[in-house]
Amino acid sequence: MTAPAAAADAPPSRSLSGDSARALTQLGIVAAALIVAFLVLGPEQFINALTLGAIYALVAIGYTMVYGIIELINFAHGDVFMVGTFVSLSFLTSLGFSGAVRDPALLVVLLVAVFIFTSVVMGLVGVLIERSAYRPLRNAPRLAPLITAIGVSFILQNIVQIFYGPFQTNAPQIFPTDAFFEVGNVKIPILSFFIIAVAVGLMLGLQLFIGRTRMGRAMRSTALDRDAAALMGVNINRTIAITFFIGSALAGAAGVVYGLQYGVTRFDLGFQAGLKAFTAAVLGGIGNTVGAALGGFIIGFIEVAAVAFGYGRWGPAVVFGVLVIVLVFRPAGLLGQQVGERA
Amino acid sequence: MSVVQDVPAPGGSRGFRMRIGTLSARHRSWTIIIGMAIVAAVLPTLALVPPFSSFQNQASWIDGFTNAGVFVLLALGLNLVVGVAGLLDLGYAAFFAIGAYAYAYAASPFGNEILGIDVAALLGDAKGLIFWPMLIIGALVAATFGILLGAPTLRLRGDYLAIVTLGFGEIVPIVFLNADDLTNGTNGIGGVFRPYLPGVGSFTAIDPWPYYLTMIGLITIVMIFCYRLAESRIGRAWEAIREDELAAAANGINTVTTKLLAFALGASTAGIAGVFNAAKLTVVSPDQFGFVVSFTVLAMVVLGGMGNFWGVAVGAFVIYTINNVVLKTLNQFFDTLGIPILEDIDFIGLQFLLYGIALVGMMLLRPEGLFPNSRRKRELHAEVTQPGEDEMTLPEVTEEGGR
Repeated sequence: MTAPAAAADAPPSRSLSGDSARALTQLGIVAAALIVAFLVLGPEQFINALTLGAIYALVAIGYTMVYGIIELINFAHGDVFMVGTFVSLSFLTSLGFSGAVRDPALLVVLLVAVFIFTSVVMGLVGVLIERSAYRPLRNAPRLAPLITAIGVSFILQNIVQIFYGPFQTNAPQIFPTDAFFEVGNVKIPILSFFIIAVAVGLMLGLQLFIGRTRMGRAMRSTALDRDAAALMGVNINRTIAITFFIGSALAGAAGVVYGLQYGVTRFDLGFQAGLKAFTAAVLGGIGNTVGAALGGFIIGFIEVAAVAFGYGRWGPAVVFGVLVIVLVFRPAGLLGQQVGERA
Repeated sequence: MSVVQDVPAPGGSRGFRMRIGTLSARHRSWTIIIGMAIVAAVLPTLALVPPFSSFQNQASWIDGFTNAGVFVLLALGLNLVVGVAGLLDLGYAAFFAIGAYAYAYAASPFGNEILGIDVAALLGDAKGLIFWPMLIIGALVAATFGILLGAPTLRLRGDYLAIVTLGFGEIVPIVFLNADDLTNGTNGIGGVFRPYLPGVGSFTAIDPWPYYLTMIGLITIVMIFCYRLAESRIGRAWEAIREDELAAAANGINTVTTKLLAFALGASTAGIAGVFNAAKLTVVSPDQFGFVVSFTVLAMVVLGGMGNFWGVAVGAFVIYTINNVVLKTLNQFFDTLGIPILEDIDFIGLQFLLYGIALVGMMLLRPEGLFPNSRRKRELHAEVTQPGEDEMTLPEVTEEGGR
């Protein structure tokens, strides 16, 4: 099972016109779906869905990167996201902030600091997890690291529970939640724009990193064929560690964003969120970072739509139902390449 | 097989052990029956001996063994799917839930009202008699759902199948939770009848022995089925699919129906476990069937040694006992010993943390499981065997081919 690197960063082939035509069709489908969603949900719910989708997308990218490179369903990733929410709230409360910060300059400095701090801490946690729980099992049966992944998930949840207790903890919403753009009689929170911009910016940065840098090329080649990459001089261990660092750092950023948007978190947040993010990764075609982002937004829309139509309790069931249907008709996910079976 | 070999032979001569080995290989079913009889006799005796007797009294131990037995059944069923046929199922608890609810509908006032029957009026005091036929019906219902889920999704490979089953495992409890009118929502269905056996009467909560012996019987039967299946033509087909699906198909195995059969049989075992569990707890509710159950059963299969039925049974038993008996009683254990620091730690609060650490630790120490299937062991230690001795020993194949 060669996990394809992102379709978008495949080298330009001779049939460029065919590729760009396909890309245009895909763009057209996405645009049409967005317009339909906008008309059905109305502007406020539409923005809600985009915000939620951005968070799922950031988490899903971590799943898909790890799966692409070592074919492991990293069940601890959702909990890395959850720990990220706690790291960011601890950072802010320890600096003495608990509510909205009105001074624009201070707010910018604070946001940059909390994003960098949380991302780096969670990136290091991710590397630590890989080093201690997955690397020793790299040549073990495939199910062995899956079990340790879930074990790590239990450990993370319980460490958080020891420090913060089993109840909801308030996260300081330093970004003013009462600032709106007013378009006609529709109020759209600036925070949502900020979150979507951060998420899209991070994803574009990741695409550039994977597509244009030396390390990105090492990651793509390791995903394609680990042994061959090693023969070409790629340091496999370092590449995999960096993949974990980036994936976990993105989950950390998602944790910061989650705290800003929803203002509360709990030790068991990671399981459900992780499950949905992983579903998003599979929906988009696992191993494909663009697909993971797309899947994240789709799941955000499905969930918000379920709530908007009064079926909030059925949200997860609808999400998984859609997943099953998509996989039955497109077994490799929406953007996944239909790969021939390995003999 | 291995259990009989592990029983210390009188005199311990090699010839005697070999004779036992050949005998047990020839009479597989009798070996299982005798082995289970020994286990059934040894466990209650162990519970009377220190240090085990210091944890809790014998009745509690036997009750715990019975609950562990439910997980042994689940692990045996999942082993058919994951260990033998190589299909990763992360939503196995769904079939457990379906079996339990099937029994609850047939054997509780609430469920009977929905189905429009009245078992209590029909059978009177012996209403628990319905438990016995329901074991089979529950298995059939679960198998039906297994086929319904498997038919469209078994075309998917490896981890895609895993995520679909994971999704199914999430959907089923949500449905039982949210379809209030039919399932009584969060509270679940209570007042489920306890089993009734002529001569014994209705089982009770006070006396754990009837449940224990029933469970031993169920495990024995399921294990015989599993062994017979795994060593039949179908079992070899499953192993072939696990190792290399393309090659299996090329050799004339209908991969879809064969995989579907493994899926359905695994589901039916979970259905039996569900019926038993419902009859023992007398209540079914959606929170009994979360992902933790699916995952715990998978951990039991992997830790016990995939593909090896005795190993899986022991793995299930060990994990269940660690998780539900040892960790829960560590507090009083250390209190009685009076070790300074350990005395002050609240182990119940740390239960899942310790469970997680135990899982990671055990996996790191023995990635192939406690009692690996012999062929798998050969694959994992490929370097030491002579090249050419076995096709599976080529280094490339060591990381679990055939997905």
